[in-house]
Amino acid sequence: MATYPEHLQYSREHEWVDASAPAVVGITSLAADALGDVVYLELPEVGAEIEAGAVVGEIESTKSVSELFSPVTGTVVEVNQAAVDDPAVVNADPFGEGWLFKVDVVAVGELLDAAAYAALAD
Amino acid sequence: MSDLKPSDPTPSDLRSTPLEAEHQRLGAHLTEFGGWNMPLRYTSDLAEHRAVREAAGLFDLSHMGEIHLEGPAAAAALDHALVGSATAVAVGRAKYSMMCAEDGSVLDDLIVYRLADEHFLVVANAGNADLVSRELVQRAAGFDVVVTDRSASTALVAVQGPRAEEIVVALATEADAATLRALPYYASAPVTLATGARALAARTGYTGEDGFELFVGTSDAVALWRAALAAGEPLGLVPAGLAARDSLRLEAGMPLYGHELDTTTTPYEAGLGRVVRLDKTGADGAPVEFVGRAALAARKVSPPARVLVGLRGEGRRSARAGYDVVTPAGTRVGTVTSAAPSPTLGHPVAMAYVTPEVSAPGTALAVDVRGRQEPFVVVDLPFYRRATA
Repeated sequence: MATYPEHLQYSREHEWVDASAPAVVGITSLAADALGDVVYLELPEVGAEIEAGAVVGEIESTKSVSELFSPVTGTVVEVNQAAVDDPAVVNADPFGEGWLFKVDVVAVGELLDAAAYAALAD
Repeated sequence: MSDLKPSDPTPSDLRSTPLEAEHQRLGAHLTEFGGWNMPLRYTSDLAEHRAVREAAGLFDLSHMGEIHLEGPAAAAALDHALVGSATAVAVGRAKYSMMCAEDGSVLDDLIVYRLADEHFLVVANAGNADLVSRELVQRAAGFDVVVTDRSASTALVAVQGPRAEEIVVALATEADAATLRALPYYASAPVTLATGARALAARTGYTGEDGFELFVGTSDAVALWRAALAAGEPLGLVPAGLAARDSLRLEAGMPLYGHELDTTTTPYEAGLGRVVRLDKTGADGAPVEFVGRAALAARKVSPPARVLVGLRGEGRRSARAGYDVVTPAGTRVGTVTSAAPSPTLGHPVAMAYVTPEVSAPGTALAVDVRGRQEPFVVVDLPFYRRATA
């Protein structure tokens, strides 16, 4: 059973949220592993109003394309340009350097704690 | 992210190769392919791909079909069953060929190895192996030949990459080392492995690199796999999965059945008309009638409705199989059959069927990537060709 950082919250769509202000969003190691090598990221633009559960971007790997859902509602305040430039960082460090975007959160969607996500994942 | 595909659901009806436990031990992501539970990747698609281009990769190809034809009329039976000329293949050599239906459509693409004057080995794609086997039995009826499907008792392991020769030589007895080194491309020879097992070593592959394919009995597969890893790892060999195999063959411009080839396609659309020998003659010099000949002869002289081309992506986004190819004005002119971001070249590549008017190299086209037009340019295939010494 894989372990997931305790201080993060998780969506059923395999995003993680660090609920600091602004909140940081990424995809889990489980998602990154399942995708294979990530080669292209399309992230929401800074200033975009996004809604929990809505599609806000795409994650493209060598073999597949997946939609990126937002786990939170709010305004995008920053995107990880380093990850856009070199998406391999999403595979290498999904919970760290491979974060995707930051949001001024108005509301959160349904989120799980690490144990509940791990139970869902395994 | 939406729902993930379950990483390793192993439906009970999937077939397993003798190496499945090895793949699991190596942490492979397994996936269904052609009815088999196969390794998709062990660590990283890109790392496995690069290892094959720069050093070597080890592939489990035990899912492929191995069908033997033995008897005085083995060559004649194959001349009738396939579009190429088996009679023209010298003992010890191999030939890429196809099995077509009466209407000229492709049932499978395959490799024919002539092991002896009256003994051929046909290697078919996993998903088509049963069909090819049945068809060969039917098409060989009336010929003095015995057709035996030995797929279930045969394992196939490939070592591909610039270090492949060193690695494979290290796996064989000293007596066979010279044989292996001297083996030309598209040739095969029986060898004895250091493990004591007998193997058929073929200098063939599906990666665009130098490499060997080693056919052994299923009970010898694990020992061969482990020996290859042990001998190869110091030289940079890594186990490589289907994902790397697919991106490698795509860069090398090689067709994949179910993508570039299928029962709606003749060899001509795929740019593989050269494998069809309309004028083939048997050992007695007489013309050979083969299954699909009339349809293929007619097809050869009619203008093609579509042709297979290579497309180089100008942007960062890759196309995917099934996406529409359009002109810059937005008119649909074709369909992508295979596509990937090319790890070796650093830009997206794709193969696509397009109308002849837009098939010339240099033609600017676009691919509809989920509603957005991404620029692509028609280029000659293959995308990648290894430097030859």
